[in-house]
Amino acid sequence: MNATVRVSVVALFCLAAAACAKKQEVKPQAPPEAPTTTTAPTNTEGAFTPADLQSNACLRTRVIYFDFDKSDIQSQFDNIVACHAKYLRDRPMARMTIEGNTDERGTREYNLGLGERRGNALASALEAAGASADQIKVVSYGEERPVCREHNESCWHQNRRDNIVYTTE
Amino acid sequence: MRMPKILFALTFASLAALFATQAGAQGLTVQIVNGVPSAIPITVVPFGQQGSGPASPVDIAQIVGMDLNRCGKFRTLPGSEVVESPTTGSQIKFATWQQLKQDYIVVGRTTYDGGALKADFELWDVNKQQQLLGLSITGQGSDLRRVAHQIADQIYQKIIGVRGAFDTRIAYVTMVGLGDNAQYALVVADSDGYNPQTVVHSHEALLSPAWSPNGQELAYVSFESGNSAIYIQNIATGSRRVVSGRAGINGAPRFAPDGKRLAVSLSFQGNPEIYTMDLATGALTRLTHNLAIDTEPRWTPDGANIVFTSDRSGKPQLYEIPASGGTPQRITFQGQYNANASISYDGKKIAMVQGNGNVYRIAVMDRSLGGQETFVSPGNLDDAPSWAPNASMLLYAANEGPRGVLYAVSADGRVRQRLVLGDGDVREPAWGPYRNP
Repeated sequence: MNATVRVSVVALFCLAAAACAKKQEVKPQAPPEAPTTTTAPTNTEGAFTPADLQSNACLRTRVIYFDFDKSDIQSQFDNIVACHAKYLRDRPMARMTIEGNTDERGTREYNLGLGERRGNALASALEAAGASADQIKVVSYGEERPVCREHNESCWHQNRRDNIVYTTE
Repeated sequence: MRMPKILFALTFASLAALFATQAGAQGLTVQIVNGVPSAIPITVVPFGQQGSGPASPVDIAQIVGMDLNRCGKFRTLPGSEVVESPTTGSQIKFATWQQLKQDYIVVGRTTYDGGALKADFELWDVNKQQQLLGLSITGQGSDLRRVAHQIADQIYQKIIGVRGAFDTRIAYVTMVGLGDNAQYALVVADSDGYNPQTVVHSHEALLSPAWSPNGQELAYVSFESGNSAIYIQNIATGSRRVVSGRAGINGAPRFAPDGKRLAVSLSFQGNPEIYTMDLATGALTRLTHNLAIDTEPRWTPDGANIVFTSDRSGKPQLYEIPASGGTPQRITFQGQYNANASISYDGKKIAMVQGNGNVYRIAVMDRSLGGQETFVSPGNLDDAPSWAPNASMLLYAANEGPRGVLYAVSADGRVRQRLVLGDGDVREPAWGPYRNP
């Protein structure tokens, strides 16, 4: 994707989303050729493109969190589910791996199961919102990939998560 | 008895210091956490040297003494109180050892030629002034510590009446570094943590090592492919094969007592279920049919049943199902969270992780006593109990500050010994089977 399209994508998003004032400060280099929007017809229809994965605040959010021993998607993450589902709908070739994770409490093998349950919960929510099942792969890492290693609730909270990884944008 | 107790403690402190030095090279340290005053008093006299060869490179009597102490059933006389140094039965002055309130005494001699080490030892009953054992044990090359472990096993069996398990090996997983720099290793060591040998290196997580009944292979889970997969590896040759790399979870392998099947937890059919796999054909038999997480299968010693973890009732609890299939029966009813069972060789005791609130401890349920439970670890985040093959001791994983450590604890929970890697995390202990001498 060239810089022109990136500018137009950012511009489009600033129309749609209120909270992207900061994004506008990241000025791409001025394109030598005349500006044009004809290379991105999907944008005009409101469909996501791979550039949105870097620029869209919602799509840039690739992690959702869970309560202890729970795997239901909390309503505060509904918008995250919605925008990623839209991305998968807009881009049928896109592929995503959901990595399910747990905190350290409990046994490692049981936590593999719990991490998978969390990954499946997100996959189901994405599919319910129109994504195709063959776009989504779930891998559970259980408690093996903590982002925080202290033995307290604030740390455990950060580790009880699904990570979204786009393998094909 | 106040004075001897203090001396006892001091001796352990000095032994611990000695071990700390040796452990630098070994990568492991050994500490006695608490002692048992009621244990059987026994003296292991430093062994004499026979022949004109070099001195034995290992202190046989010291290793025998550490083995006997850490199992919780014995209490050795501190070195400072070993006032005489007999090396044969005929040199023992029984009055001396009776005065020191010793029940048993071990004396011996070593012959070392630079390669092979021969230890002749005798076990005597101090009060009856009667010889109970007189044996000669020989070891070769790099495995000289085995001579001492085998002597300790003979003493244990003669006095306790159960085969000793000091001459065994353990497996565990270590992790150093964080994130992308993490390095995992699957390690095999002697039962006291000495002679650690890495058998698998990986940048991705390793877990759930399980010994084959003959002690020659390890099954384990590795994430090196990007997802969990179950491997079986020959320890001596390093050759290995993937036995399950299906979609979803490939976890919790355990060899059947006959070594011909592997119980596993697989989620390729939707969620984790218990299967048995015929190792000759790879054919799977599905045992559970449930939307719950079913994992951590453990064979009963007769191979007839499998105990596993399931959260079908809401929280994880232990269930038992015939290995040929059938209806699972719940077997744990105390505690909010019960998982990761280890079954003793006689099927009577089931060790498990029991969680209540944020505290996870190792509990032992005695099925011969109507399911009576005792805690053998203090918590707070203990995991992975693993019985010694004679159920005299358990290994388990614990957290100490930021890192994981292993403990060996006597079956009654009264003696604990810590095995610590110099840096990084140690977890996932698995106690191996008996070895052929």
